[in-house]
Amino acid sequence: MNIFNNHTKLYTTAAIMYFVLTFFTAIKPALDNQQNNGPLPGTKPLSGDALAGKMVYIAEGCVACHTQQVRNVDMDKMFGTRPGIPSDYANIGRTSVWQNTATLMGTERTGPDLTDVGNRQPSKEWNLLHLYNPRSVVAQSIMPSYKWLFEIKENPSKNDVIVNVPAEFMHGKTGKVVATKKALQLVAYLQSLKQTPLPESIKPYEFLYKQEKKVTANAGASEEETVDGKALFTANCQSCHQANGEGLKGAFPSLKGSPIVLGDDLKLIVDIIMNGYDARPEFAVMTPVGTSMNFDEKQVAAIINYIKTSWGNDAKKTKADEVKEIIEFIKTNNPAK
Amino acid sequence: MNVKNKLKASILAVILLLVNKFATAQEHPNFINLDGKDIRSSVLLFIIGCICIIIAIAYMQFKHAKEIGKNISALNKKNVLKDLNIEQLKTYINKSKSVGIIILLLFSSLQSFAQTTTDKTKPLMSQPGIIITVLLIAIPILLAAWLIIARATKTVKKFNNIKRLKQAEILASELREEANEESNKALKDRKTALEYSLQNIELGGSENATDDKGLILNVGNTQEVHFTAVKRKAAPRPALEPAITKLVVWYLGCAAFWLVIGTGVGEYVGIKFIAPDVDQVSWLSFGRLRPVHTNMVFWGWASLGMMGLGYYVVPMVSNTKLYSVKWGWIALVLTNLQVTIGSISLMAGINNGGGEFREYIWPIMALLAVALILTVINFIKTIANRTTKEIYISNWYIVSSLMFTIIIALTAYLPFWQNGLGETIVQGYYMHTGVGMWFTLFTLGLLYYFIPQQLNKPIYAYSLGILAFWTQILFYTIIGTHHFIFSSIPWWLQTVAIVGSVGMIIPVFAATINYVMTFKGQWGKVSNSYTLPFFLVAVVYYFIVSMQGTAEAFRFTNLLWHFTDFTVAHSHLGFYGIISFAIWGGAYAIIPRLTRKEPPQHLVGAHFWLAFIGLILYCFPLMFGATLKGMMWMEGKPFIDSVVKMFDYWVWRAIGGSLMFFSHILFFYNFYKMSSKTIEDVNVVDEAINILEQEPSTAK
Repeated sequence: MNIFNNHTKLYTTAAIMYFVLTFFTAIKPALDNQQNNGPLPGTKPLSGDALAGKMVYIAEGCVACHTQQVRNVDMDKMFGTRPGIPSDYANIGRTSVWQNTATLMGTERTGPDLTDVGNRQPSKEWNLLHLYNPRSVVAQSIMPSYKWLFEIKENPSKNDVIVNVPAEFMHGKTGKVVATKKALQLVAYLQSLKQTPLPESIKPYEFLYKQEKKVTANAGASEEETVDGKALFTANCQSCHQANGEGLKGAFPSLKGSPIVLGDDLKLIVDIIMNGYDARPEFAVMTPVGTSMNFDEKQVAAIINYIKTSWGNDAKKTKADEVKEIIEFIKTNNPAK
Repeated sequence: MNVKNKLKASILAVILLLVNKFATAQEHPNFINLDGKDIRSSVLLFIIGCICIIIAIAYMQFKHAKEIGKNISALNKKNVLKDLNIEQLKTYINKSKSVGIIILLLFSSLQSFAQTTTDKTKPLMSQPGIIITVLLIAIPILLAAWLIIARATKTVKKFNNIKRLKQAEILASELREEANEESNKALKDRKTALEYSLQNIELGGSENATDDKGLILNVGNTQEVHFTAVKRKAAPRPALEPAITKLVVWYLGCAAFWLVIGTGVGEYVGIKFIAPDVDQVSWLSFGRLRPVHTNMVFWGWASLGMMGLGYYVVPMVSNTKLYSVKWGWIALVLTNLQVTIGSISLMAGINNGGGEFREYIWPIMALLAVALILTVINFIKTIANRTTKEIYISNWYIVSSLMFTIIIALTAYLPFWQNGLGETIVQGYYMHTGVGMWFTLFTLGLLYYFIPQQLNKPIYAYSLGILAFWTQILFYTIIGTHHFIFSSIPWWLQTVAIVGSVGMIIPVFAATINYVMTFKGQWGKVSNSYTLPFFLVAVVYYFIVSMQGTAEAFRFTNLLWHFTDFTVAHSHLGFYGIISFAIWGGAYAIIPRLTRKEPPQHLVGAHFWLAFIGLILYCFPLMFGATLKGMMWMEGKPFIDSVVKMFDYWVWRAIGGSLMFFSHILFFYNFYKMSSKTIEDVNVVDEAINILEQEPSTAK
């Protein structure tokens, strides 16, 4: 055949074929998607600080380990309330003439997904401490320390944001750790990362590949025990209150021997878990972890039973039914939260 | 025959279990029931199955040897005498006398040790993707098993020889018995017949042999004892202009430099997984260094390495001169600039915004684009000047690879589009075809030149190469989005990508068959060449990694492995196992030809084995750990638990990575040995010829 011996024909054919395939599987779908998707109503554009924080996020290459996409599979449920849709990314345009659009979806989860981290972990104190040295709050973390986003000052001024770093992570340095503007911007960005709720009229996609429910011989009583309180604590509470339940001095209160945990006021504990807590100025604000993670009564009861009976705590266990009543009571009396 | 049946039954059991599980899996696509026990027991079962087969084969070998052993003892005087050769006959006729006959059979019964252990019917992995991957991993393991069997057979043979010696003693005493007249005469006649010999001039005549046509080259006549096996030396320098030598050597030299630096960075980044506080300097933090590593080995090492080899191959197979050596130099400088500036900018925190392999900003990538455009024009003009009628298949691949990469770079980098999800769709396309069209296509082209050239035989089937070429373009281009399965990208695009991934079976099988069949009948050449092992590894990994890629694109396997370290292992298997091994093979094949300096052969061997073993230690533990990690995620375990779980596997990765890094230093040293101008023994013959050459000019 002539095409084997004619370089013009051969290479032109190959190039055209390649371009046509490129056009239909990359260029056209990409154009369609960027033109035919708008942001959801209620999407908030990034504020000045959060936008600057996103630039820090990009510059530090956080995307190497953290994705920002909730897939429509059951295992991603812990990272968001619903699977991501094209509209979630629709208002992200080119960063600048020099830099491309940063959807920051990522391809690797060495660390957890951050799509909804603003709901999951909004605490500014925790985030700053975590950025200064992740191991100060999560002992097993392998995330790099971002020390260069902080300064050490002997006499911080009134406006400086001071981070209460535990002594062992100061490595013998004296003075106060002060967050720089960049650190605060980065935290503002992380706090802004929240999934926009879908309008009522739109049904979210389902999470596929649901984990099969383990079949237990006797339902009812044993069902409560199938919810692993320890795992829930590890995933949702441990980063602040720590694995030993003792919290961190000057940031997160201890649960070990805590009068609230050991006391009989179940309503208060459930309220704290569901709606957060900010009654003690010496500690950071607690986030409404139960609401943002959509805990049901069984999960809340499992967590309460775990903290009531661990680290030497020895209080009476509770039942899911009791918790259910309280959750409903809180919801009806406190709809704003 | 009991054993054979047992063996058959065990193989059948393994196959049936796999098939059964495969079939039932199709019925419940949305249903998963997989835990650590399952996968461990299945892997265990698989390994036990392999071991059973190996033992069975070893046993059959053993039995075969035993049969031979029986034949040894079946020797008797009558048939021995008939088959004696002349020397034996002489000795026998002189020494024969009568002795009693003693025959001893020296056999002890052998116990069967092929055990079947497959009666356990625990649930197997039910997902085709995982089954495929396990089978692929088994390929190198089975090769090793094959070696062990060969060793075992040898031992058995030695054992049989001991028996043979004993038998010989018996036979000797038997032969001492005096023979009768009749048989003596027959033997004497036989002796005369055997003593007849040719004069060695019946066919060749009595003239002295001369090599008038100059056909015999590379005659070795030194007898030395070597520590390592002696490999074949490079062929004589081809008729290429000297300027090409310098260009190619510089390309490969720069590539070797970036390899050492780039993998040094990679090694450091790998260590950060197990020692996150090893430094706290912004320029050296993980998020900034990771793209430095990937881009440096992509553009600095592999791209320069491939282009360097391309500047040799393209004019060579066109049988003409390179169109412009100068453009080659410009492209080299531009690519080096791109990597240097790019790495510094990434470390300073200036990047493109998150797409993998797309971290350099477009003004820096523009340098590469110019280099590629110069190179492709250079190559096409060279091919246009070819003196052969047809365009050799290597040039199909190499030029297409360059053209496609320019299209890819323009699509991904033109700075006025890709908002929202458009960026993600283009990113999937870019990072996938960037690997498959630039690196794979170019390397396949190089292999189409080097494998036939090093084996000294034509490629097995030209048509298979052409089939692989067009199907590679068709399927590879459409599967980019399989990096974003289950994401917000349109479902139809994800499905097209999965279907295309399966279609990749066609080009992969076509190319693999083509290369392996070219090797067929020439396997002996692999062991006495220091380049062919590199190419062989590249071919084997091309098959393994491409098929693994197909398996990873299935929805279930994607669920299990996406976002884990499995991807890292996969990309290293491909990038290292295929591309890097091919470039090393190419460098060892042509630099000695061009410079007439051989690398130290034992160091080439050390380089090969360190890289090969290092890669296995790097990837296999990482893939295993990543599978466990994926299962933990699917079970909804706390995220931090999966980080803790990976620690051991990250340690293994660092060990494997260290071996790989050390092998690169050896490569750099070998490269230096092949290319340096210093301290060279004067070749007396060459010098004498030089002197003679200069004489006529002075005589004039």
